[in-house]
Amino acid sequence: MSDSRNPGTSNVSTTVLGADEIILNMGPQHPSTHGVLRVKLKLDGERVVDSECIIGYLHRGVEKIAEHRSYQQFAPYVDRMDYVAAVSNGLGYCEAVEKLLGTEAPPRARVVRTILTELQRIASHLLWLGTHALDIGALTPVFYCFREREEILKIFEKYCGARLTTHAFRIGGLQYETYDGLEQDVKRFCDDFATKIDEYETLLTENRIWVGRTKGVGILTAADAIALGVTGPVLRASGVKWDLRKAMPYAAYDQYEFDIPTRETGDTYDRYVVRMEEMRQSRRICLQAIENIPSGPIMARIGKVLKPPPGEVYHSIEAPKGELGYYIVSDGTTQPYRVRVRPPSFVNLQAFDKMARGALVADVVAIIGTIDIVLGEVDR
Amino acid sequence: MGHLIPQSIVPYVIPVICAVVIVAVLPLLAGYIVLMERKVMADMQARLGPMRVGPHGLLQPIADAVKLLLKEDIIPEKADLLLFWFAPLLSVTMALVAYAALPIGPAFQIADLNIGLLFILAVSALGIYGIVFGGWASNSHYSLLGALRSAAQLVSYETAAGLGLISALLLAGSLSMKEIVMAQYDQGVWFIWYVPIGFFIYLVGSIAETNRAPFDLPEAESELVAGYMTEYSGFRWSLYFLAEYANMIIVAGIATTLFLGGWLRPFVSFHDHLPGTSVELLDALPSLLVLGVALYCFYLAPKQPVKIQKLFMGAVGGLCFLLAAILAGALFAPAPVQQGIHGAFWFMAKVFGYLYLFLWFRFTFPRYRFDQLMRLGWRFLIPLSLVNLITLAVALLLTREWGWNLRLTTILSAGVTLGVAALLLKEDDAGSQMQTADGE
Repeated sequence: MSDSRNPGTSNVSTTVLGADEIILNMGPQHPSTHGVLRVKLKLDGERVVDSECIIGYLHRGVEKIAEHRSYQQFAPYVDRMDYVAAVSNGLGYCEAVEKLLGTEAPPRARVVRTILTELQRIASHLLWLGTHALDIGALTPVFYCFREREEILKIFEKYCGARLTTHAFRIGGLQYETYDGLEQDVKRFCDDFATKIDEYETLLTENRIWVGRTKGVGILTAADAIALGVTGPVLRASGVKWDLRKAMPYAAYDQYEFDIPTRETGDTYDRYVVRMEEMRQSRRICLQAIENIPSGPIMARIGKVLKPPPGEVYHSIEAPKGELGYYIVSDGTTQPYRVRVRPPSFVNLQAFDKMARGALVADVVAIIGTIDIVLGEVDR
Repeated sequence: MGHLIPQSIVPYVIPVICAVVIVAVLPLLAGYIVLMERKVMADMQARLGPMRVGPHGLLQPIADAVKLLLKEDIIPEKADLLLFWFAPLLSVTMALVAYAALPIGPAFQIADLNIGLLFILAVSALGIYGIVFGGWASNSHYSLLGALRSAAQLVSYETAAGLGLISALLLAGSLSMKEIVMAQYDQGVWFIWYVPIGFFIYLVGSIAETNRAPFDLPEAESELVAGYMTEYSGFRWSLYFLAEYANMIIVAGIATTLFLGGWLRPFVSFHDHLPGTSVELLDALPSLLVLGVALYCFYLAPKQPVKIQKLFMGAVGGLCFLLAAILAGALFAPAPVQQGIHGAFWFMAKVFGYLYLFLWFRFTFPRYRFDQLMRLGWRFLIPLSLVNLITLAVALLLTREWGWNLRLTTILSAGVTLGVAALLLKEDDAGSQMQTADGE
């Protein structure tokens, strides 16, 4: 492909190749680039000398669409960005608009939002674990992970009728009352999940091959991580204790006890350990939340037509992949003047080159997997 | 027969029949090993596997084969035509030629070469040229990387696997496959009990040689798409596939012959007879096992959802019943016939057991990285197999010269080797940590 098609980005193709070097195109149709990511690698043998991520194959102009929809109409679109964590996307957007309106969801809605969002975090991490293990060559965990994820999707389906792109929340609260037995379903899932997660760990955590493939691979130091704006589990695995649920609590997170797992080295193994522990913590939050769901209204008193006062707002939440931020500018009409999304996958992907240099081709797939990207969110 | 065909051809009749049977049956067998693989995988992954084509997916291999034959034949524009055409052919031919010396039972062997084992190893190692040529001829980076990995891997692990085999050769004292089995018959025990570590080394080496997980780097799906086969499709691709599965059966056959007693039944030295007959008790086992399978099929048949599937399942049961009858009937046939049929049964049973190990590993372990693979081969397996050989040689010397009990000496040798293995693993861990430090 010529450089003119990707102006300003082709650091790999413009450099002169050494005698033993080749350029390998990974993607956009490659089994383990998690969608349509294209990575151009300059290889010396199997060692990566230089790398470049080329994105945009899934660009749908989501931010532009927002300018031509009312605030409520745009809400389902955000589910299509990080489609494996649609509930989290919805929560971020709804809270951002609520902040713009100067209102808040009632306590009951906030607790239900917290439960569903934490379940979504588990589901998203399960999908990551399955595909990451598959990339490294372990064929079996992905099926176990999907088995448990199915239980979570069933709860979503019972609650709002949809499984993947749920549109579970509304601006100002919830559209639907919880169904009878939500607490029992969540409790049953959490009880089973405690043993299931141990089961995954017996397959991987102390497996010599798994440790060999992940320890020391794709190291990202804390300083680099902060400089690159990396957030979420990737940042925490580098030793930075930063989690928006604790740092700037939203929804009902200030009511619950949970820990923020961190590790020191910042390699692929550490990120694996951090995410496994995060699933346990999410389970802990769910169990606390279902104990006491306050009664009361599920919807704040806002009008049918939303006309936020002119102004701007930035609100961010801790999505499964990192900080998910919405910057919304209102000009006082029913449609936003501008919506800008700060997707965690896009920002975290910047760290790829840092991690991949000097690694082997086999490590590249491990590194793509460990960043945990969703291309729908990277390209929007 | 003598007056119909010239005398000079007579000795070749049976080998030719055997060869035709192998060439005819092997693709079918490979297809059903794929089905077995998918069913075992499904079982381990909490799902059902193929269920659509035929009852429990029993016709899936046929459907797959038809699909592969009918697929469009695509040759990349920049491929080296001659090599692209020749490479899969070479792979599959070499895999099939290796069967010439493999004794599937005492009667069913194409040629009993006095260097049988050497022949099989040499010929099946030639198959690697098919992979290297294919990777080169495709003119694609993924294929080339796959082929390079394959060549390096085979060179490294062939050595370790070969050294593992020598431990059994020391005990047998012959390279002829038949002699090796007869040595185990004479000593009344399978060699795996004398040289478990040799067996383990060969097991690991043979998995790596056949490019199976966790050593499937040449065709690592998540890294190299399909490795050397990336640009192949349709029938050419299926030839590679056939070669891979044929090679799996070959290495399983070698392991069976050298370590697991070949065609001998378990407990070869146990000779109790059924009361009042000349039939040995344990010889009745195969027919009972197959009868069990037949009864299970009959039990499943009425449960099938469609009438044609009911009939098909019943037919499968009938086939198993027939096989059980043949196995039972063979008990009363002359000794060579009985040994031939039962030998083939036990040989195949052991081969499938060995293949099950392959599948089990594949679905349990992640994949090694290339440098780790090389380190495991050169710095763990080869030193270990050398130590194993030396200790075994000392054990045999003690036994043959000073009359020590062979069981005792082999246990001692295995113990020493295990100690060395622990040391090597420790050093390996330290080495890999040092390398990580260098990387930083």
